[in-house]
Order: sequence, then structure tokens, then C-alpha cells
Amino acid sequence: MRFAEAFRVALDALRANRLRSLLTMLGVIIGVAAVVILVAIGSGAKAEVEKQVEGLGSNLILVVPGSLEIGGAPSASRLELTDVELLGRAVGDANAVATTVQSGELVRVGDKEVFTTINGTNETVVNVFDRPIARGRYISAADVDTRRRVAVLGSSSARKLFGDVDPIGRQVTIAGVRFRIIGTFVDVGSTFGVDRNAEIHVPVTSAQRLFGVNRIDALAVKAPTIDSIPAIQKRILDALAEKYPGDKFSAVTQTQILGTIGQILGLLTLVLAAIAAISLLVGGVGVSNIMLVSVRERTREIGLRKALGARQRDILVQFLIEAVLLTSIGGLIGIALGVSASLAASALSPLPAEISWWSPLLAFGVSAGVGIFFGVAPARRAGRLDPVVALRTE
Amino acid sequence: MSEPAVEAIDVTRSYELEGGVVVNALSGVSLRIDTGEYAAIIGPSGSGKSTLMHLLGCLDRPTTGALRIAGADVSSLDDTQLAQLRNETVGFVFQSFQLLPRISATANVAMPLVYRGTGRAERIERARTALESVGLGHRLDHRPTQLSGGEQQRVAIARALVSQPTLLLADEPTGNLDTQSGVDVMRLLEQLNTDHGVAVILVTHDHEVAARARRRIRIRDGLIESDDGAHSVADQSVAP
Repeated sequence: MRFAEAFRVALDALRANRLRSLLTMLGVIIGVAAVVILVAIGSGAKAEVEKQVEGLGSNLILVVPGSLEIGGAPSASRLELTDVELLGRAVGDANAVATTVQSGELVRVGDKEVFTTINGTNETVVNVFDRPIARGRYISAADVDTRRRVAVLGSSSARKLFGDVDPIGRQVTIAGVRFRIIGTFVDVGSTFGVDRNAEIHVPVTSAQRLFGVNRIDALAVKAPTIDSIPAIQKRILDALAEKYPGDKFSAVTQTQILGTIGQILGLLTLVLAAIAAISLLVGGVGVSNIMLVSVRERTREIGLRKALGARQRDILVQFLIEAVLLTSIGGLIGIALGVSASLAASALSPLPAEISWWSPLLAFGVSAGVGIFFGVAPARRAGRLDPVVALRTE
Repeated sequence: MSEPAVEAIDVTRSYELEGGVVVNALSGVSLRIDTGEYAAIIGPSGSGKSTLMHLLGCLDRPTTGALRIAGADVSSLDDTQLAQLRNETVGFVFQSFQLLPRISATANVAMPLVYRGTGRAERIERARTALESVGLGHRLDHRPTQLSGGEQQRVAIARALVSQPTLLLADEPTGNLDTQSGVDVMRLLEQLNTDHGVAVILVTHDHEVAARARRRIRIRDGLIESDDGAHSVADQSVAP
């Protein structure tokens, strides 16, 4: 039988049972839409994180205690403020080393309160990181040396605490201690509801006294060029190993962090897609089931077609096309649904969704494949029917 | 008119039922029907006439014996070749019409040509001609459900004709029709036989219908009981 004719016959059979065809497709529609949506959210999340990490600044090396890898336990920090100078000597530029000690604290202005991350840093942050100041100035070396109680506000903290009022020169109370505001940051956006605009920076020395600690959490070093990174990493680790024998430290670049995060999120996306694929599989079983019913219902038609000269292959192809049509039409509807739901999600909610070109293609390919896989058994059964027996069936 | 359309030599057909019981539906039938003949196969139900019809229509193969349809030895053909032989040489007319209800009369009639690979335009053209020749030129786009029983059977006859077969097998063609429609259908079959020279084999238990045929083959218990127009099959088989 000519392919076009088999196609027309199959389409006609689907149209004759509209509701049943639609319900059968529903399994595939949901499966494909789920794959598209979950992959979109997974890759959107990955892209968002990568953007954030890249936004930190270029040629950046982060120095943290312990080893940075999937499943690695965080280690208690033994780094201290003098290590800023140690690394400054090691890399040959004190201005290229920034530090941080962080803690969550309650911040108050009048009757307004926010709980946010207080970041104790030094004056080199503006040089090392890509963190432009909107108004006022950043923390100076003098602020750090004299342990001044001054603060630089992120844009969202400034808005929450002061509204439309200019915060520069005003007072905030951080964990019960008064600080004077000297500047505000430019808006940098948020990652998964973790709002980097909520951060408040104070001099590292003031922060240590405020938190009651002597440690620092991490150091950041800006390498002059990409090519110099490996050598600088080595010098940093050598210097730290000499000072803290037996302790483990990591000096990692954004690329390495991105690699680690990429691995985690890639795995997450894969798991989400696999869960969605299960529903696609269930949809396929539904298609197989309905095709078996269809073959039984049309036994006489099959017998007649065979009596008129249809070969086993003609009948098989006819029913296979019917199954593939069911799943691929379902697949197309599922893709349309998945793509629009993903776009709606990224427009209306904080979930970042990104449609990658391959996920709809893959979903369509898989759904058509599901049609072939689950259609073969019913189609073979149809093809093998004995025309004498089939014609006698009522 | 002496070419054999069908030639059966000591054909048997037995079925094994569940439990291993073997039923002999045909126990040794020899028969020759030439092109242009008009024969009726008569017998009570269970006599084996349906089995014989399925064999003559290439829907089945004999258990033993030789069966030649349009010169081809049926036993040596595989399913695909058998389907092709059926498509090219046999036209079926069934008691219950066996039309597909969702498609038009024209599409029903054109169906055998689909499996022959005929192009769409030619299929429709030939289906129309066939429908006109059975007097249904005004019913081309009607669906079977919109036609009377007699009209439906004439559509089925047009479908049997469209592939220009050498053999037309009609299984109780008047069984589901009122008297007048039955007479019309019989006239049509007779006309096709005389005008087109197609061999018509009628399977029936209706003696009035059988009486109109030029030859009556009576079958009982899987054997030919009488045949008032028998050719010498034995002579044919011995001849080189």
C-alpha cells in the first residue's frame, strides 16, 4: 500500500474516535510537556547561576578552607586577617586580595527591621570584585585599620530600611551596634530568592568585633591575566601550606566553581527529565493499550482488507502509522504546552526557565519513538490476523 | 473459454481444534472451473462449502492436494504472494456486504486498487466506472449507511469488479436481501458473467438461486456429491 494512503487511513481512524484519540494522547502530552518544562527550569537555573558567578568579576581566585567538591563537608575556617597580607606578598599585589567574614544579623532603622547577611570586608573588594557603587563611597583602608563603624548597603536593604529617603549619612543598628551609612551598591539581581542586593558590607575589623570572632571565612584574589592563574593558585596554596601545615585549602577559579555547579545542576536536570520520562513511558503504555483495542474492534476490517489483497506488511504499516500519529501529535501538543508553560513560568515567577533547542526536539523524537515501540506489538498482531478468521468475527 | 480458472486435485483441508481433535472440513475434492463459467456450490451448513470457497479465494491453503488458481500453485506461494494473487485474480462478494462504513462508495470500491499500488486519480476513475456499471453512478459519494441493502451489495460487486478478476466468488450474495433486491443482484452477476467473461462461483444453500446457475456442484461432508457440469480433472492432470 502506498504510504500516503496508509497515512490517510490512519488519520481517518483517529478522527473517527476523536475523544478516545485525545485521551490516549493526553498521556504523551503530559509526559512531553513535563520533560520540556523541567529541562527548561533545570537549564534556566544553570544559566542563572553561571551568570551570577561570572558577574563576580574576571580572573578571580576564591580561597576557602577545605576542599571544594560535590559531597565535601565544609571545614571550620582557621584563616585570619593576617592572611590577607600573606597572600598579598605571595601574589605580589596587596591590592588584589579581598577577604570576607559573614554572619546573618538583625538590622534596624527606627521601627523597620531586616534580617540579612553582614559581610565584613576590606577596601580591595571594589578592585577585586565587580561590585559598582551607586552613591557615596566604599569602605576605605582607614575604615578597616581604625575599625570604623561604617556600612555600605545593597539596593534592596536600602529600599526596605529607608524607602525613598537617601540613606547616605544616616544610622543603622546592626546587632544592637550603630553604624553610619557611607554608600549604596548598584542593583545586581538575585539568585533563587537569595538576594545579593540585601547584603550589607562593613569593615572586616568591625565585623570581627561585632560577631566576636578572629577568623575570616574566605579570601579572593584577582589575577592580572587568565594565563597567570595557575601559577598564582600554586603560590597561594604553597604560602597557606607553609603557615598551616596539614590543613587543606582550595584556591578555585570561577571556571572551576562553574564546573562544580554545572555538575550538580546537570545531575538535577537529568533527574527531573528522568522523572518526566517515566510519565512519557506510561503514556506509551496507554497508546499500546488503545491500539490493541483498536485492532480488536477492526478485526473484520483487517480481514476484509486482506481478502482484497492487503499484505501483512500493509496492515502492519497502517496500524504503526496510527500509533506514531497518536504519539507525535500528542508530542507536538506537549511541546507547545511545555514551551508556553516554561515561558509563563520565567515571566511570572522567580523560577528561571530557559528553552534549550534540543529539549523539544528530543521530546518529539522520544514520543515518536514511543509510538513505534509501543505500536509494534498491536500492529504485528493486526498484520498476522488470519483473513478467514477475521472475516468471520462479529 | 476452456482455460481453467480454478483447478483442484484431491484437495483436503483439516483443522486441529484445541485439545488435538482433527476435523476434516474437506476430505478430497477434485474440481475444475473454467473462465467464463457460472457455477453454484450448494450444500448444507457444515458441508465444507465455506472452506472450499476460502480455498478458491486464496484466503487459505489446502492441507494436501494440488490447487491451482489462474495457473498458480497455491501451496507453493507465501503469504505475500498469496495476497497478490488474491488481489489480481479474485473478487469477493460477501453475504454481509463487508463495506467500510466510514468511507464513501467510491473509496470502498477503490480499495483493492490501493493494494495494487494504483495512483489515486486512476483509482477514483476506475471506481466510478465500476459503480456506474452496476447502476450506482448517482451514489458515488454516499456512505454505505446511506444506501439500501441491495445498493450496498451492488457497491460490493463493483468492488469485486474493479480489479478485473478472472474469478468472482459470491458467498450467499442474496442472503441478507429482500426478494426484489436479490433478483437484481443475481441478474447483475449473470450479466457480468456473460458480458465480461468472468467466472462466477456462487456459494449458497438457496435452491432458487442455485437453479439459475448453469452448473451446480453439490457438496456434503467434505466431498463432492454431484456435479452436473464436471470436466474431467483427471485427464487434465495427466496431460503434459
